[in-house]
Amino acid sequence: MSFRRLTRLAGALAAICVALPAAAADISGAGATFPYPIYAKWAEAYKAKTGTSMNYQSIGSGGGIKQITAKTVDFGASDMPLKPEDLAKNGLQQWPMIMGGVVLVINLKGIAPGQLKLDGKTLAEMYLGTIAKWNDPAIAALNPGLTLPNKAIATIHRSDGSGTNFIFTHYLSEVDAGFKAKVGENTSVEFPGGLGGKGNEGVAALTGRTDGAIGYVEYAYALQNKMNYTLLKNRDGAFVSPTMATFQAAAANADWSKAAGFYLLLTDQPGKDSWPITGATFVLMHKTQAKPEIAHAVLSFFDWAYHNGGKMAEDLAYVPMPANVGTMVEESWKSVQGPDGKPVWDGKS
Amino acid sequence: MTAELAGIPQAAGRHTRVSGTGDAIFRGLTFVFALLVLAVLGGVILSLIEGALPALRRFGVGFLVTDVWNPVTENFGALAPIYGTLVTSLIAMLIAVPVAFGIALFITELCPRWLKRPLATMIELLAAIPSIIYGVWGLFVLAPFIQEHVEPLLIDTLGNIPGIGLLFAGPPLGIGVLTAGFILAIMVLPFISAIMRDVFETVPQVLKESAFGLGATTAEVVWRVALPYARVGAIGGILLGLGRALGETMAITFVIGNSHHIHASLLQPGTTISAALANEFTEAVGDLYQSSLIALGLILFAITFVVLAIARLLRYRIERVGAA
Repeated sequence: MSFRRLTRLAGALAAICVALPAAAADISGAGATFPYPIYAKWAEAYKAKTGTSMNYQSIGSGGGIKQITAKTVDFGASDMPLKPEDLAKNGLQQWPMIMGGVVLVINLKGIAPGQLKLDGKTLAEMYLGTIAKWNDPAIAALNPGLTLPNKAIATIHRSDGSGTNFIFTHYLSEVDAGFKAKVGENTSVEFPGGLGGKGNEGVAALTGRTDGAIGYVEYAYALQNKMNYTLLKNRDGAFVSPTMATFQAAAANADWSKAAGFYLLLTDQPGKDSWPITGATFVLMHKTQAKPEIAHAVLSFFDWAYHNGGKMAEDLAYVPMPANVGTMVEESWKSVQGPDGKPVWDGKS
Repeated sequence: MTAELAGIPQAAGRHTRVSGTGDAIFRGLTFVFALLVLAVLGGVILSLIEGALPALRRFGVGFLVTDVWNPVTENFGALAPIYGTLVTSLIAMLIAVPVAFGIALFITELCPRWLKRPLATMIELLAAIPSIIYGVWGLFVLAPFIQEHVEPLLIDTLGNIPGIGLLFAGPPLGIGVLTAGFILAIMVLPFISAIMRDVFETVPQVLKESAFGLGATTAEVVWRVALPYARVGAIGGILLGLGRALGETMAITFVIGNSHHIHASLLQPGTTISAALANEFTEAVGDLYQSSLIALGLILFAITFVVLAIARLLRYRIERVGAA
């Protein structure tokens, strides 16, 4: 009796084990850490709805590019878009998935959040070390009426390679020729001075602890930790505060239709409400797919995310892509093809 | 009869043969395991060298003596991480060795019997704390303490001495080479003190008793009898601690400030080989960047290998002295 029950149980277990992988075409991705929270949230909701699970490893943008080039994952993710020629070389295509902003945080006694005003050039010179004191005339000129201390500026930067680094250094290179020449833009760069912290949490901890510090973190991080942020002067000369509205304003001005391979960076966008350090994060896929059903499952997931994931993204302080960009992206999916040369995506998930 | 007689040695012979093959298999198996370790070691060295080749070919010996680290222009040099690795380990040794020596001495020679075991266990527990915990503690507790209390004191006192003052110049940041050295010192302390204690305990009781019998004071027994006897073993312990300090990663990454520049001042940020690897490997885009990081790993391997080889040599010597 008990033996028969046992064998029946074992049989049922074996059946479950065999049935599980076959139940749904599971998809895997790897790359940028910045979109990890929202990808994870989407994956959870998507699995509850469709049974397809999406496994995403946040190993960094550089790692994501390497993994997708080596075809060990179904899609890669990067905060730094690949140039059209690099995409062509590896047979890849990319599209923007979600946006976010990089925020400046400071530790300066007597200054309330949103009180200090900075512009790109001043910021670049602070990170270059040419502006070394908080009461420097350049900072004072931007902040009439604010008493700034005679204190050394401790610039805090990300010590690990990161998409946040890329967006930040891209912006500074754009607005300051000196920064472009001396430091340049990349996921990791050689800053002439200052302290390096690992990850957003490292930068936040160093900034919070060091008197006279300035650092940069992702918006969600500054929001959750209630950090002291600054205003920043945008291209139209207005001082803007880092909020969802100003990120959206920057995104709305971007013209994705003219960007080949969706290679477009959202920093220093025009518009009086645009936050200058805004960026999108990208998804990478191979144009030719050996297993069309897996590719279809990946595209179905992102199609679902475009249409149903906006609210979840906003809850996590991300900025969803505008609807017209979603349509453009899905149009571009036609070039993802199976071994027979037929498009994998038919507009139906 | 003859059959029986013949049967006995046959059976015995079969028995010996069977156990003989078993032994041979077992011996072969253990030999393979031992070889496996060597193969892994050799494989690691070979793959490190292979990975480092592009960087070494491009930069040559200059890789060891330049302190640029620019991923944008793909120009790399290992001097800053090498310097940081050696200097943080040196600071750690300067602090940890005398303290470990004192601890070992107290436990073996001076400590009341009832305190001996709890004290020894507690110090060894320090070794069980994961290094990430040391890193977080260093960032949130030790670094602010050093920034507010230790560094201002150093700047006001040692900072005014010409020459040495350069080592203690600049604003007190709390994060930097000195703090990293402090953290390392705490981390290697249990290793060094445990080995020193073991070594002091090998000093024959007879030797000490005869010294006491000749009217020597405790201090004289320690300095003239115990210490010379245990000298070589103690140095072995120090080198093992040094080996650990050189390779420590997470705790350092948190408190050193991760800057690829060499500053004269110990209060300024720096980096070490292992911290640079931990920070940058995931996002190292480009063959030359990755190869330069692997070359850093190769250099660290060479440094720790030399240190551990010296430690092993010294231990070998003390074992021979002990046996004689």
